[in-house]
Amino acid sequence: MKTLIAALAAALGLAAGALPPAASRAGDWQETLQEARGQTVYFHAWGGDERTNAFLAWLGGRLETGQGVTLRQVKLSDTAEAVARVVAEKAAGRDEGGAVDLIWINGPNFAAMKAQGLLQGPFVADLPNARWLDLSPGSANTVDFTVPVEGLESPWRLAKFVFTYDTARIGAPPARMADWPDWAAAHPGRITHPDPSNFMGATFLKQALIELAPAGTDLSVPPGDDSYGAATAPLWQWYEALRPHLWRDGTAFPANEFAQRQLLNDGEVDLAMSFDPASAAAAIRDGLLPDTVRVHVPAPGSIGNVSFVAIPYNAAHAAGARVVANALLDPQVQAHMQDIDVLGSFSVLDPARLDEAGQAAFAALPQDPALPALEDLGAVLPEPDPAWMTRLTADWQQRYAR
Amino acid sequence: MSLLLEGLTVLDGTGAALFAPLDLCVAPGEVASITGPSGVGKSTLLAAVGGHLAPDFRLRGRVLLEGRDMAGLPPERRGIGVLFQEAVLFPHLSVADNLAFGLTPRIRGRAARRAAVAQALEQAGLGGMGPRDPATLSGGQRARAALMRTLLAEPRAVLLDEPFSGLDPARREGIRAFVLATIREAGIPALLVTHDREDAVAAAGPVVALG
Amino acid sequence: MRSGRLLRIAAGAVLVLGLVLPVLAGLGQSLAAAFGHFPALGARGPDLSAWRALLAEPGLARAAALSLWTGLAATLLSLGVALGAVAALQGGPGLGRAGRMLAPVLAAPHAAMAIGLAFVLAPSGWIARGLAPLLGWDRPPDVATVGDPLGLALILGLAVKELPFLLAMAVAGLGQIPVAAHMAAGRSLGYGRAAIWLRILLPQLWPLIRLPVLVVLAFSVSVVDMAQILGPSTPPTLSVLVARLFSDPDPRAILPASAGGIMQLVLTGVAAALVLGGARLAGLRTRAALRRGRRMAGADRALGLPLALLAGLAGLAALALAAILLWSVTFAWRWPDPFPARLSAGAWQDAGRWGATALGTLGIAAACAAMALAAAVAWLEGADRLGRPQGDRWMTAALYLPLLLPQLSFLIGLAGMTLSLPLPPLAAVIWGHWLFVLPYVFIALAGPWRALDPRLARSAAALGAGPARRLWRVKLPVLAAPLALAAAIGFAVSVAQYLPTLLLGGGRIATLTTEAVALASGADRRVAAVHAVLQAALPWAGFLAALSLPALLHRNRRALRGAA
Repeated sequence: MKTLIAALAAALGLAAGALPPAASRAGDWQETLQEARGQTVYFHAWGGDERTNAFLAWLGGRLETGQGVTLRQVKLSDTAEAVARVVAEKAAGRDEGGAVDLIWINGPNFAAMKAQGLLQGPFVADLPNARWLDLSPGSANTVDFTVPVEGLESPWRLAKFVFTYDTARIGAPPARMADWPDWAAAHPGRITHPDPSNFMGATFLKQALIELAPAGTDLSVPPGDDSYGAATAPLWQWYEALRPHLWRDGTAFPANEFAQRQLLNDGEVDLAMSFDPASAAAAIRDGLLPDTVRVHVPAPGSIGNVSFVAIPYNAAHAAGARVVANALLDPQVQAHMQDIDVLGSFSVLDPARLDEAGQAAFAALPQDPALPALEDLGAVLPEPDPAWMTRLTADWQQRYAR
Repeated sequence: MSLLLEGLTVLDGTGAALFAPLDLCVAPGEVASITGPSGVGKSTLLAAVGGHLAPDFRLRGRVLLEGRDMAGLPPERRGIGVLFQEAVLFPHLSVADNLAFGLTPRIRGRAARRAAVAQALEQAGLGGMGPRDPATLSGGQRARAALMRTLLAEPRAVLLDEPFSGLDPARREGIRAFVLATIREAGIPALLVTHDREDAVAAAGPVVALG
Repeated sequence: MRSGRLLRIAAGAVLVLGLVLPVLAGLGQSLAAAFGHFPALGARGPDLSAWRALLAEPGLARAAALSLWTGLAATLLSLGVALGAVAALQGGPGLGRAGRMLAPVLAAPHAAMAIGLAFVLAPSGWIARGLAPLLGWDRPPDVATVGDPLGLALILGLAVKELPFLLAMAVAGLGQIPVAAHMAAGRSLGYGRAAIWLRILLPQLWPLIRLPVLVVLAFSVSVVDMAQILGPSTPPTLSVLVARLFSDPDPRAILPASAGGIMQLVLTGVAAALVLGGARLAGLRTRAALRRGRRMAGADRALGLPLALLAGLAGLAALALAAILLWSVTFAWRWPDPFPARLSAGAWQDAGRWGATALGTLGIAAACAAMALAAAVAWLEGADRLGRPQGDRWMTAALYLPLLLPQLSFLIGLAGMTLSLPLPPLAAVIWGHWLFVLPYVFIALAGPWRALDPRLARSAAALGAGPARRLWRVKLPVLAAPLALAAAIGFAVSVAQYLPTLLLGGGRIATLTTEAVALASGADRRVAAVHAVLQAALPWAGFLAALSLPALLHRNRRALRGAA
């Protein structure tokens, strides 16, 4: 009997995990909108950046009037807090009515939630605004730190690793990471990086790893003990040479990129780093950096990735969460987000797929001297497999945090 | 209509009696005096009659008011007024409101109650002082206000706990005369605790020496 | 009598079921988890895996040593300055003036003070900017003055914050000692001021302030918010390390976190033993010195030192509060400018950023203060009606429980328990705050309540007023000032809470304190400053209201004015 029903279901395209037929999607979306109306979506998103918070507040206003969805940002100091919450809820058997509706998520946190089956979906292809995205295999929107997205998280902003430095006090960093120890020695105590237990600090090590690892190292697969040792030996050698010249003699590190940006603004260091090429221009306008700060990208390019939002399996307001994810992909919202006066985050939409209204919205955005042109940003280097970051961070902790 | 104490004494926590059992009958309009050195338990005796005894103490004997045994009755249902040394007016209420707090609920209607308070103030020589802060009255004025507050509750007996000892000696006699006269006029029995012989003489009722 | 018993049973049930049992259950849960028993996570100990995981944390030994050292040093520093200042100033107008001067510091939450101090002390901070032109620094010195490996900035921050509290406790304790008489007697025997303090008055004062000192000690050893802002980071203090473990994405990290909470408890116990043992030893030595009869004539000059330290710490506090105020209206303020280059009301104008949080904080604090006040009044009134004005000793002891245990040691267990309870996060947070609010409200109210002239209630009873009318029409109005002050204290305690919000709110409840601490990690000093100012302004407003409300209510009642 069960086999028969399964066969029937398969024939009708209702088998678990199968995408519903395209024709029914519009109707489904109407249902989603209806269900979402009146819901309050708890969006667990890292709250350390004022402009992001303000942008999400703006989006909340738009959703409230447009779709009747209330957006409540739960400001995290670390995304892991939201993941821990969902994990704990599952452990406690709370499979419905979970506290987390939507998470701003990336990399290891996504990998962990996906592996433990803590996410809803696939849902991305069903979002009406997904038509503006490049979702072809291999595009930045389909891979999150080498982990296939498989429709379990929806992109919303593009991140690319860049350095910012104060031209009033220091020259541009070297074109290659290999030359950093000499450069740092010439500017003792003026260079630092965020603590590698933080994402930005780990990215600094990964950027160096990509440039310094012996030729032929495959960083897109998890490292084995041997391959890890061989790949990272030049990195640690390089770091040993660099560390003594760092701020506080390399014994203390800013907690995150924003703490380091504050040090740059306070004149305690001359360098900061960011995953947002527009952040320097934005910070200058906001009074958070001197107007002599400029952006630098290493010659071989820099690590880039996309920020996603995902919906936990037990979200209390999943329909509302899908509406928020869709609104984040609205060309008007994306253009607003890329506006240097708003957030200045580069859009995840594919310009080639935009309609005229969408293209016009992006064309109207203002310019700025501290804002790099797209061609200055260089190549996008793929993120290594998350296991590299986990091991690098732990290794660094072991070596230097005692 | 009288206050009757039968074999009354107070036992402390260890079960020891504070003073020898006391028999006393106070007629309406009469003021009985209880004298004795300080610490002998005069105030505790008053607390026992009024129902204010702390739980560490136990009462032995009977208190009868108008033939009714007061045993087990909380103080607010005994109908026994208390007048303390320093008068103890409520500091957060005006003089008139202090009197209104005491005024029996049997008098109804805002105008009637206000008139009753005004008349009592008049009678005590405090006319026009109703809105005053009690803290601004003299000791004698406070004592008279407290007496009027007590009488407005229409008690069936009054306990006087050294009410004159804190007063200015020059005015003391006048106030004592006023209080005693007013109580006699009200026609209720009263117990006066004092260590001043002159008070007992002025009260002109039975005198019991404790201790 | 019956109403008294009912009231007392109800109040007692609230205290036992709402405070004592949960604290003990939280502690028990932490203890079980520390020894590997947490069935919801599939851990069915007992085993030592949690302890092994905790001990494997990088820098754990140093973190534990840091917690002990910073907590002890901060407590001893603030206690020493407070006692020294009282000894030097008692009897003159200076003591009252110092108390009034430090009142805003007492009311300002730890996080707000820490955010201000972090800027004042930083190598690029206010003090360094003042020194830069004198010393010719063109760049900030590369020296850790905040987050230094020895935790000196944290010690300073804790001392600044605890000093006014210990000073207030010492002044209150002195009220119970015949200071003037003993001073006169001692002087007539040829002893100087310092000698009399050390040998005669301090031994009498110490038992009266021992409990508050232990509360300060437990708090200082286990503080998280201030340690996150001013303390070292690699490794941090044990409390910060444990709080980080708690928010690890791996849910099983709650096991080593629980072990860390138990370790906190042990550390606090060790610290308390050291302080009590030290005090005992000092007492014996004082006794021995006293018998030798030396007059210590030169010792009076040493009283200048605590006064100088008092002035220094008060100056730091004033700078810190000025710093958050100034930063909240700053647009750009860079090294080496002593004052902002450009001002802007932008951070304040963005009310959407802080308005809801401020309102939420206000609501939580008001609810906590009201609930704590109701519980305290019910307990005290119940005691009155049963004729037991002293209350029960076990009750006072139980109330101190949440203050004497390190917060983490039982809050981690409670957080683990609330996961499986259908308690809404807002309710959980209010209750978590109430655990710490009630003791302060009760202690603040119990004194004035028991000191109330019992003849007031007796007069009212003799006039026919029943227990309810005596309570509402006489006692509560007469006690309006202490009631308002107790409520304001409870309100301030709630506004300052960090860990209960963080651990019991599941990330869904943000207060000014959690926001301020999150923002202090570096996002935007101006927005952090706005939160810090609001965080300090709420308690100040509470105290102002508490002082002015009874004054307004009783403006024509001389006996009740200025009772607070």
